[in-house]
Amino acid sequence: MKLAYWMYAGPAHIGTLRIASSFKNVHAIMHAPLGDDYFNVMRSMLERERDFTPVTASIVDRNVLARGSQEKVVENIVRKDQEERPDLIVLTPTCTSSILQEDLANFVQRASLEAKGDVLLADVNHYRVNELQAADRTLQQIVQFYTEKARKQGTLPQGKTEKPSVNIIGLTTLGFHNNHDCRELRTLMAQLGIEVNLVMPDGASVHDIQTMSRAWFNLVPYREVGGLTAEYLHTEFGMPCVNITPMGIVETARCIRAIQAVLNQQGAEVDYEGFIDEQTRFVSQAAWFSRSIDCQNLTGKRAVVFGDSTHAAAMTKILAREMGIKVVLAGTYCKYDADWFTEQVGDFCDEILVSEDNGAIADRIAQLEPAAIFGTQMERHVGKRLDIPCGVIAAPIHIQNFPVGYRPFLGYEGANQIVDLVYNSFTLGMEDHLLEFFGGHDTKEVLTATLSASDELGWSADGMAELQKIPGFVRGKVKRNTEKFAREQGIGQITAEVLYAAKEAVGA
Amino acid sequence: MTLAQSQPNTSALEFDCDTGNYHTFCPISCVAWLYQKIEDSFFLVIGTKTCGYFLQNAMGVMIFAEPRYAMAELEEGDISAQLNDYEELKRLCEGIKRDRNPSVIVWIGTCTTEIIKMDLEGLAPRLEAEIGIPIVVARANGLDYAFTQGEDTVLAAMAQRCPTSEEVTPAEKEERSSIQKLLSFGRKKDDPKKDEHSKDLSTDTAYHDHPPLVLFGSVPDPIVTQMTLELKRQGIKVSGWLPAKRYTELPVIDEGYYVAGINPFLSRTATTLMRRRKCKLIGAPFPIGPDGTRAWVEKICSVFNIEPQGLDEREAKIWESLEDYLQIIRGKSVYFMGDNLLEISLARFLTRCGMTVQEIGIPYMDKRYQAAELALLEKTCNDMGQPLPKITEKPDNYNQIQRIQELRPDLVITGMAHANPLEARGISTKWSVEFTFAQIHGFTNARDILELVTRPLRRNDSLKDLGWEKLVKEEAKV
Repeated sequence: MKLAYWMYAGPAHIGTLRIASSFKNVHAIMHAPLGDDYFNVMRSMLERERDFTPVTASIVDRNVLARGSQEKVVENIVRKDQEERPDLIVLTPTCTSSILQEDLANFVQRASLEAKGDVLLADVNHYRVNELQAADRTLQQIVQFYTEKARKQGTLPQGKTEKPSVNIIGLTTLGFHNNHDCRELRTLMAQLGIEVNLVMPDGASVHDIQTMSRAWFNLVPYREVGGLTAEYLHTEFGMPCVNITPMGIVETARCIRAIQAVLNQQGAEVDYEGFIDEQTRFVSQAAWFSRSIDCQNLTGKRAVVFGDSTHAAAMTKILAREMGIKVVLAGTYCKYDADWFTEQVGDFCDEILVSEDNGAIADRIAQLEPAAIFGTQMERHVGKRLDIPCGVIAAPIHIQNFPVGYRPFLGYEGANQIVDLVYNSFTLGMEDHLLEFFGGHDTKEVLTATLSASDELGWSADGMAELQKIPGFVRGKVKRNTEKFAREQGIGQITAEVLYAAKEAVGA
Repeated sequence: MTLAQSQPNTSALEFDCDTGNYHTFCPISCVAWLYQKIEDSFFLVIGTKTCGYFLQNAMGVMIFAEPRYAMAELEEGDISAQLNDYEELKRLCEGIKRDRNPSVIVWIGTCTTEIIKMDLEGLAPRLEAEIGIPIVVARANGLDYAFTQGEDTVLAAMAQRCPTSEEVTPAEKEERSSIQKLLSFGRKKDDPKKDEHSKDLSTDTAYHDHPPLVLFGSVPDPIVTQMTLELKRQGIKVSGWLPAKRYTELPVIDEGYYVAGINPFLSRTATTLMRRRKCKLIGAPFPIGPDGTRAWVEKICSVFNIEPQGLDEREAKIWESLEDYLQIIRGKSVYFMGDNLLEISLARFLTRCGMTVQEIGIPYMDKRYQAAELALLEKTCNDMGQPLPKITEKPDNYNQIQRIQELRPDLVITGMAHANPLEARGISTKWSVEFTFAQIHGFTNARDILELVTRPLRRNDSLKDLGWEKLVKEEAKV
């Protein structure tokens, strides 16, 4: 047992659901007790999704516990197949089904005899993998399933596309700024003259999977999701994979050069150096920013970085290499991938922390007292408590991290966005000097009386005590309205009863 | 069951039971409001990452305020019994005692502890004796319960911890009596003058002579004050409230005490109080809406043979003050998908407000505990000339959405999973969970309920000329 107040990565089934609900016309059925379909709330709220989330639960209740699911799971799969005609139903195990040890594979087999669509059992174990690992695995499982199916049916297309083309793998629903990144990567590919064969899985149809082999290569922008799929495609079709995250100016260039090498090996004869130079020096603002006077003031400022492997590693490199900021600590919660992370950031920070314990990171931040933090929502709150600014760079995230406006983190526009994020997180240059010089902001105390201070109206102790129970942000309004009410009624002393009478009368 | 009064007949209402494939919060969510209510408690949820993920996401920002709750996250070794449950829990609880020193640790059993049959009820007394902190066990799991029923399981467990008057010394009694304290409004004890005054306030002379009454249900302190004052107007003294602000202030409950529930989802607590503590339950409608509040007060008065004073005028005055909101909803239809068990009371209130209720979905319907509320619903429908709505227990959300598409109600009260998709299809929704977290009890807060109910309608009114009600392309499949 582990005492835990908070967790960075969710349980395994969340990863499977993220993949399933990214596809078009794929439905997930969770084998879970009542209340475990919280994923639907997150998707509907965080992504402000207009459509019903294609996830339902086959409820595990007391009866199931006593007799087993028996026909229930099969019935639910077949019913959903008839109601919505999905291409694929993914039966999703949860922590509960992990320990019930029912033969879900058997249910899937029986259901697939009756269902028109395909049925798959997500191959994830709650106690072994987390959300990210499960997402990676489920995507690979689905890709493999449809590739093999096409091969059996002889519909697997032969050969490559005429022009260079790419599959972009790993963009999912509820991923950190994934929809913006997707648009930015499409733009980048278009600029490089590369056709996007398929984006996986976001918005894709399972029928398209068989065409994946037609792409010249795979691009896996995030470390966490898509790696297994690219590996599978490499083994099956010898497809090369570029898995350099194009985040920050230097890494974007590195990613483009890797693409160039991969294409030229296949006889494309492309040269992207001119494009990289043009973008870096004149189109993107990030390189110019790091030379500008503003950025000088950031030199040597101390920062802490924490997040998933992809974003924490890329951010550490950007801060250290592109902005001259001292990263005193870089960390990730992707413990299962610690070696990769260590290798990536080893040269760019003083200290590495790989931990899933938010308390450990909070303590280290408090000890290090950096000038800014780049982390998850949790680090943002640590920053609030310690009065240190924080830029959010990775999941777990809240609704404000699903902006409506265009905010990619990848590519050249992404680099611009990161510049803004970093710059706004540190106290602005001149303000910083002035604060130091004059010893702080306007410190003159506010001496003006409140609206009611000069009034004769008295609050009885019980009235005051009751008023104190009202949440701070509306207390002032309630106080004013109550006093107005008391004045109108000719009441001199405001008691708790007067307070509530006022509420009843005027909705104070 | 020994109810204080005989049960009204509610046979005319139509009850249906569907598949139970519906969306609701897991009952462990009750820790979010109970840890705030019971200030010296610590809630330990013994479950998996799934439980933890739900709590941290559902509770949003509260999680960052160093809450007095945590997960005891079960690992593979716990599931396969390679680790010893008792030793593991002891290690964790000792840590909690060291760091937080709570007056009670509440263990919340989950689906996983049920399935692996971890004997929490058996382990708790042993550990309690060893570490010297009371451990209360509540099995608030998704196998058996929905959302607010979580509170019911906790309060049912707490009911057994309430002392009898023999167990407490007179000095302690004073200490425990949180209602007395409430009436003295938190004045400091060390101020003798004020202390005297507080005694004046709570002298028994203002009260009728009636057997002790204890109310149950966790509500914010302002509502405790309001409801206590409401009964005080009738000369009825509230001797205690389950739960109190602190675990150490749990009310005295002796055999023969009267108890009344404030929320519709507290049937286990009611049963426990009747069967285990030999209390008499006053089966009343719940004080939600002015009609409900009036019926609740009246029923309590009638059990004590007290003639209620001034309730007519009071109720009328509240209704009068609601008129601006009533104009918005009168004649409109409302559909409850059902997820928090407040549905019957809210539907009854909204019917009285002039709305047509098309369906009342509800997770679980205790016809005995809610008997008086059901009777009032039926009477209200008759009074208002409305057909009796169908009550769907264990609803099926998919079927409900088909019906909603057909009926096109003016307002759907539903969970967040369906709210945005329905709005995109031009159907106004109100998020049901807000009714659980808003102050909705008593005369005073009737306006707050209508504030919630009318908000989508008022919003739509301000946007009505823009012409973009439906924001999905085809009539999408559900």
